[in-house]
Formats: sequence, C-alpha cells, structure tokens
Amino acid sequence: MAELSLRHLSKRFGRHTVIDNISLDIADRQFAVLVGPSGCGKSTLLRLIAGLEAPTAGEIRIGGERVNEWTPRERGIAMVFQSYALYPHMTVFDNIAFGLTQTSMPRTEIAERVQKAADRLQIGHLLARKPKELSGGQRQRVAIGRAIVRQPRLFLFDEPLSNLDASLRTQMRLEFMQLHRELGATTVYVTHDQSEAMTLASLIVVLRQGRIEQIGSPLDVYEHPRNLFVAGFIGSPKMNMIAGRLEAADARNAHIVLDGGLRLLVAADAHHSSPGSKVTLGVRPEHLKEGATADALVATVVAIERLGSESLVHAKLPSAEMVTWRVVGSSAAKPGDAVRLGVDVTCCHLFDEAGNAFPPPE
Amino acid sequence: MTMRMLRRRLISLARLVLVALVVLYALFPFYWAVVSSLKTGPALFDVALLPLHPSFDNYVAVFRDQPFARNILNSFVVALSTVALALALALTAAYALGRVAFRGRSLLLIVVLGVSMFPQVAVLSGLFDLIRALGLYNNLMALTFSYLIFTVPFTTWILTTFIRDLPRDLEEAAIVDGATPWITLTRVFLPLMGPAMAATGMLAFMVAWNEFLFALTFTLTNDMRTVPVAIALITGASQYELPWGKIMAASVTVTAPLVILVLVFQRRIVSGLMAGAIKG
Repeated sequence: MAELSLRHLSKRFGRHTVIDNISLDIADRQFAVLVGPSGCGKSTLLRLIAGLEAPTAGEIRIGGERVNEWTPRERGIAMVFQSYALYPHMTVFDNIAFGLTQTSMPRTEIAERVQKAADRLQIGHLLARKPKELSGGQRQRVAIGRAIVRQPRLFLFDEPLSNLDASLRTQMRLEFMQLHRELGATTVYVTHDQSEAMTLASLIVVLRQGRIEQIGSPLDVYEHPRNLFVAGFIGSPKMNMIAGRLEAADARNAHIVLDGGLRLLVAADAHHSSPGSKVTLGVRPEHLKEGATADALVATVVAIERLGSESLVHAKLPSAEMVTWRVVGSSAAKPGDAVRLGVDVTCCHLFDEAGNAFPPPE
Repeated sequence: MTMRMLRRRLISLARLVLVALVVLYALFPFYWAVVSSLKTGPALFDVALLPLHPSFDNYVAVFRDQPFARNILNSFVVALSTVALALALALTAAYALGRVAFRGRSLLLIVVLGVSMFPQVAVLSGLFDLIRALGLYNNLMALTFSYLIFTVPFTTWILTTFIRDLPRDLEEAAIVDGATPWITLTRVFLPLMGPAMAATGMLAFMVAWNEFLFALTFTLTNDMRTVPVAIALITGASQYELPWGKIMAASVTVTAPLVILVLVFQRRIVSGLMAGAIKG
C-alpha cells in the first residue's frame, strides 16, 4: 500500500540541473515507466526515489509520508540495477537472503522466503551456485529475487532488460507484467526503450532534459502526444512529420497547406494561431495509405523493410522530407516508384510553431 | 633456411641470453650467500662455486652464540602485527577515501602520501623522544608503532585505488539491502579484496621484516632485537675477524620464510596487481 508522490523535486550537480522541478503522483499498484532519451534524468529521478541521491529541492512522499531524510531501507524500496549488481562472492541463496540477514528475522524464515522467491522465479535449483556460473537471464532473475524477497512497498527498476538479448527481453517483459499483477506492488521502471514503456506501463512518464514532457496511459500518450518531442519519441517506426502552413482555422477545423502544395482539413482547434503561421503535421505510419486518388502526397520509394507480417516503406517527398508507412503483408512497391499516399485526416496530429499540439476540436 | 627463419631464431636466442643475464643478476647474490654459509674458516675466501666440504657449523653457531631464535620470533611478532594493524587501518581509511565524497579528500590523500616521503633519519630523533615518553623504549610495540608510519600510507593508497575500482552498483545494492557501511565493507567489499589485501599485506610484511634503522635505535637488549639488527651485530671470535659464514647463515635462515611466503601468495599478488584492469 504505497503511493508515491514527488513535489517540486529538483536535483543539481554543481551548476548542472539534472532534475528540474518535477511533480508527479503515482498511485498505489501502478506500473509507472519513466522513459526518455539518454541524459534526460530518468535514472537520477529513480535514484532520488530510492534514496541513493539527496534532492536539491522538493519533497518525496511514499505512502503519504515525507521520506527525504530516510534511508533506502526505511523507505521500504527494492531496486533492480542495470548491471544486476549481484554479490559475486556469494551464492544465489546468500545474494537473495542478504537483505533479510540485515534484519532480526529467524534463519528458518529467511530460508523459507528465499526458497519461495526463487521457486517463483524458477531459479530454485540454482541456489547453491555463484553468479558467475549463471546465464544473463538467470542473473536477472536473481536480481529480481533479491528485490521481491523483501516484500517492499515500492519496486524500482533501472533499465533491467538492457543487458539481455532481444528474445529474452520479450520473455522477461511478459514476466514483469505477470509479476506485477501477482504482487501488486507499486513499481517505477526506467527505460530508454519506448516499446518496453508501451507494453509494461500503466502510466508512462516521458522525460526530457530533467522535465516531464507528458504523463498518461500508454495509449493516451500514443494517441494524444502533447508535443513534437513526445510524438517523435513514442511509437516505432517514428511518426511522420511534414511541415506546412496554417491557412484558416476555427475551433473545430484547421485548413493547412503542406510545403508540397497539398491542402488538408485537419480536426484541431487552432483558432488562436494566426493564418500563415508554420505548423507541423504528424501522421503515424499506419495512417498513410497507398493508392489514393485525390488529395494525395506523392512520394518516391527509397527502401522497403519486409518484416513478414507487415512491410515498412520508406519514401521521400518532393520537399526532401522522409515518410514511412506500414503495409500489411508485403508491399508491391519497388525503390524508385512514385506512390500516391492518402492521409487519414481523422488520425492526424497538428503542432504549432513551438512544437506544441493544438488542442482537439471542441 | 630462409633469412626470416634465421632472424627469428637469432631473436629468440638473444631473448634467452637476456633472460639468463637477468636471472643471474637477481639470483647470484642469494646463491653466493647460501654457498658461503656452508663454508668455514679459510675456505670462505676460496672462489669456489660449490663448497668442497659443506658444513652446517655456521648455522649451529648463529643459534648458539646469540638468541637468534628469539630474534626471529621478534621479527615475526613485529611484522605480523604491523601488517594486521596497517591493513585494518588502511582498509577503513580506503573505504572513506575511495567511496565517501567529502571536502578535502584528495588533499588528505596527498598528505597521507607525503607523510611517507620523509626520510627515516629525519623523523628518528623526534620519534625516539615520543617512544621514550610513551614508555615503549626497548619494547617490540615501539617497532610496530613506528613501522605503521610508512606502511599505512602505501597500504591506504593501494587499497583506495582498489576500492574505487569496485562497481558502484554493488555498494548501492548493499545500501538498498539495508547494510550499514561496516557490513558493506566487511561482507561485500572485503571478500572481493582478497588479492589486494594479500598483495599489500605482503609488501608491508617485507618492509617491516627488513627494517633496520628504527629497530636498531628503539631496542637495547639482545632479546628484544629483530633479525636485521641481530645479523648486523653478529661478532667474530676477535675484532679482526668478520664472521662472514655466520652472517650468511643467518641471512639465509631469515630469507627463506620470505621466499616461501612470496611463492605461496604469488598468484594472489599477481592477480592483486592486475585487479581492476578488467571487469570480472
């Protein structure tokens, strides 16, 4: 039972501001994912929550109590490190039990809890081994075992999957989801991988340069990115960005003309912007359709990625902007082909000159 | 035979000769000491590579004419207590210097190193007064105490660099697990520092084992002397005789433990010197 709440949290190293006045509420049992490019401060934020760094300003509350001055142990957190940080000279059993042996818990109970945690993670048969005798995936499980055996109020994960190969990563992702469902502990998970964030999170927090760019459910962030940064960061392949100008706008519709000359009517409330101002049209790859007749973008195919179930076609617009779209199955297009693309205007995103999304129509 | 093969053979031959020279240079004095210790009387001054009539008279004489066994015991007591104290002090200091960020940390490290730069003679008289004041004159504790002056700085330096190389995550994992700094140091770091501890301990042992000036100054009676002083004060039958045989016998006797110690710890010393170069 622990909700986490950050109030005006800042962290500076010398004159360098890493965390800039962040306020954030994570409800009990949430799986919150902090995501952002490297250097955005997501790991520092996690370490502030863990108590491994002291904030320069602001307040951290866990379960309603101010914990700024508390040690990690007093905060009731458990953390899984990117490098796993297993104690190399201890057996798997001792690694998992180490935190419990720092308490007055009787040995028999410790052994019981370690065994239970290890069985839960399918490493029950490895308890006598040393970390160096384990595979990467098994080490990862030991690190998780070390965290869950203490039954913490708050789980913290610092890029736990980045040292695993792709197939193992997908598998562990599923296990994290299952684990979270069973334990129900509040979780804060740091990653730079937006697909990990999309699949795991119940709450996504997009960070850039120490500030929160957007908070929301994965679908909310995907479907309603608040600005160009979030729009470009969330989603793979990236959202297509096409420059244009605003011609006329009211509270429901915006008439825009793209740099290639195509005129579109986009559902967005842009009536505060003056006609003639620069805008950016954002279109997800799944919202471009080949073979449109009227109102089409004309693009020259550059390359095609055939992934089996779908193909990704990369093409160049006359304005030299690159666009990508998805085709179910395989695409008939060849490099060099000129393709007419229809834009699904109901699913478009429109951003103003400063890069902020226009609000949806009233 | 091609030119290339010829050249390769010449190079390996040259390498062998060079190695042989180095080995000869390093080992001949010790070999000569062994040979001399087995000779008696005028035979000592024969230039023979092998003693014609080897005898152990010198060894018997060394232990008969003075409390040499007691001197060896003294040396062991002093060297081992120096090592134990130096490592204990250095380990805790190294943890603070290597891992805790505090103002003046690097200045402190320089000062620690600076202390060990003073020549022994410079501190000798002051130290003598100090030891008299502490009532430690002619006491083995005086030696342990004074040897810490030059063993603690370098053990601290070596262990500090070693602790700095230990992964930060490991310490933080221990902190998250609720371990105190003492538990972190003793249960997480110390087991990983075996090689470093063995290597630095070994060096400190050799320094303490071989020290002469302090040992000569701070002890008075024969049964409080350590080995280097005892050897220096071995006397012949008359003042005109230099007892080379006995001196060599005594030297060989006390070198043997060191050689054995180094051989036992050799692998650990090497891995200790290499530690931190690559992540395990």
